[in-house]
Amino acid sequence: MVSELQDLPALQAAFGQALLRADAGPLAGALVSDRISAERRFAVHINTVFGLLGEALEAAFPVVCRLVGTPFFQRTAQVFIARHPPAVPHLAVYGSGFADFLAGFPPAAGVPYLPCVARLEWARVEAYFAADRTPLDPASLASVPAAACPDLVFSLHPSARLVRSPWPVFGLWRAHQQDPVAPVDPGSGGEAALVLRPGHEVTVTRLDPGDAALVAALAAGASLAEAALVAGDCAPGFDLQTALAGHFGRGSFCGVTLARPSPDG
Amino acid sequence: MSPRRACDPIPARAGIGLRTPHVPELLAALPPVGWVEIHAENYLAAGGPRLAALEQIRRDLPLSIHGVGLSMGSAAGVDAAHLDRLVRLVDRFQPALVSEHVAWSVGGGVYFNDLLPIPYTEQTLARLCANVDRVQTALGRQILMENPSTYLRFAASTIPEPEFIAELAARTGCGVLLDVNNIQVSAVNHGFDPYHYLSTIPAAAVGEIHLAGHAVLDIAGEVLLVDDHGSPVAPEVWRLYAAAIGHVGAMPTLIEWDTRIPPLATLVAEAEQADLWLSEVVGRRSEGSRDGL
Repeated sequence: MVSELQDLPALQAAFGQALLRADAGPLAGALVSDRISAERRFAVHINTVFGLLGEALEAAFPVVCRLVGTPFFQRTAQVFIARHPPAVPHLAVYGSGFADFLAGFPPAAGVPYLPCVARLEWARVEAYFAADRTPLDPASLASVPAAACPDLVFSLHPSARLVRSPWPVFGLWRAHQQDPVAPVDPGSGGEAALVLRPGHEVTVTRLDPGDAALVAALAAGASLAEAALVAGDCAPGFDLQTALAGHFGRGSFCGVTLARPSPDG
Repeated sequence: MSPRRACDPIPARAGIGLRTPHVPELLAALPPVGWVEIHAENYLAAGGPRLAALEQIRRDLPLSIHGVGLSMGSAAGVDAAHLDRLVRLVDRFQPALVSEHVAWSVGGGVYFNDLLPIPYTEQTLARLCANVDRVQTALGRQILMENPSTYLRFAASTIPEPEFIAELAARTGCGVLLDVNNIQVSAVNHGFDPYHYLSTIPAAAVGEIHLAGHAVLDIAGEVLLVDDHGSPVAPEVWRLYAAAIGHVGAMPTLIEWDTRIPPLATLVAEAEQADLWLSEVVGRRSEGSRDGL
């Protein structure tokens, strides 16, 4: 065992496993013990790895942390870190799997809306670091003939993230932006939120179900007419003009093209 | 993007590590510091306010880019995708200095977010040299390699750390980023003389100095220092710093603070203290040359 660990690849593989399992045992013999044991010395690295990654997750998911309390959050984070450590040296993208992890983490099952809140918080992180683009100026559409409007295809801003939830995810998130937290009834129905960063500030907006369906369809590449049909099916009272005015105002789009006319005209 | 000044050199003055909480204050009024250093891995995003702020700060202050994720000591070599990310960042911001660590942090598809120790052997030295060569070739420039703070020693190690680093610099042509706090931390943790360590470092290879605070752990009555960058520079580290600049000359000196980040003014005050030491060394050297005439 010890002689194998003389070799750098084997040593680093064993060292990495020992870190994630928080157990220096398999490295015995490879590390020097003196006035302080090798285990106690190795513990400095265990504490750094789990401590700093735990802090990074807490910074990315502050509302999840407030919903369950810091001790529970950190215990959960430590399990997540051990099972899903970062794959790349870029911590801004660490935490993308946290919402799915929470959904399958039995100790968190008592707060069933937790994964949805985590999705919204992660959407905010992604929006913050997304590519910069100038939002579409609606004046640029002035020259489009009315007959062509149904064939317009809007490109969502690179920071746009739609979070649809069976829980009041927007209300829950917003309630935790203030102190004390205003009570929100988790059973008050589903909500959708659109996260954007058109400039330097990340914004979160609650969307009506029809509007959320519209954005989802546009994100999938649908033309305006196709997306409006989907939105109308989803919410019979859906008003396209109002929804579009909202999106132009908040900078949801960064480009527009004309769909190719379908072969049957 | 507008053309920028090419690689403004970093003066032999104190600089500070650029930390996100200080950015608004820095943008509002430039503090009296000579330069700033960023961690490369905090600026790898596609866009966003952080990169925009760095664009602005970069117009006013010389910049150093300090990598913490290339994992130079990895047995598997340097990750091509991450090296490519660093190359693009360096191309964009044209820093005067680029540095990394004598350590590893990536293995088996995991990034550990810690600077992990390497055994000081001929095998590790050859691997590290190959990795440094690769990075210097990709960047088309010299990099500085920082001496680590360590808590562990490997039974397999056969080469004293400063000799290992001297040999790394000699074989690859890389420079040395001398972290004075790291020398102190490792000296206490392993019981060696930090001043002897210092004298073994080839002075001509040193291109930058780091200073930071450390934590003192009491483990059943035994002291272990932890390089947590969460407090002012310790008095014994200032003394070692004075000896270091006596040995290598006045050097760009960075104040690093990463945990329990204080107000910007606290960092600036630490930087001013380093500047005082630097001006003293410059003064002594010029007096020495006058005496020699």
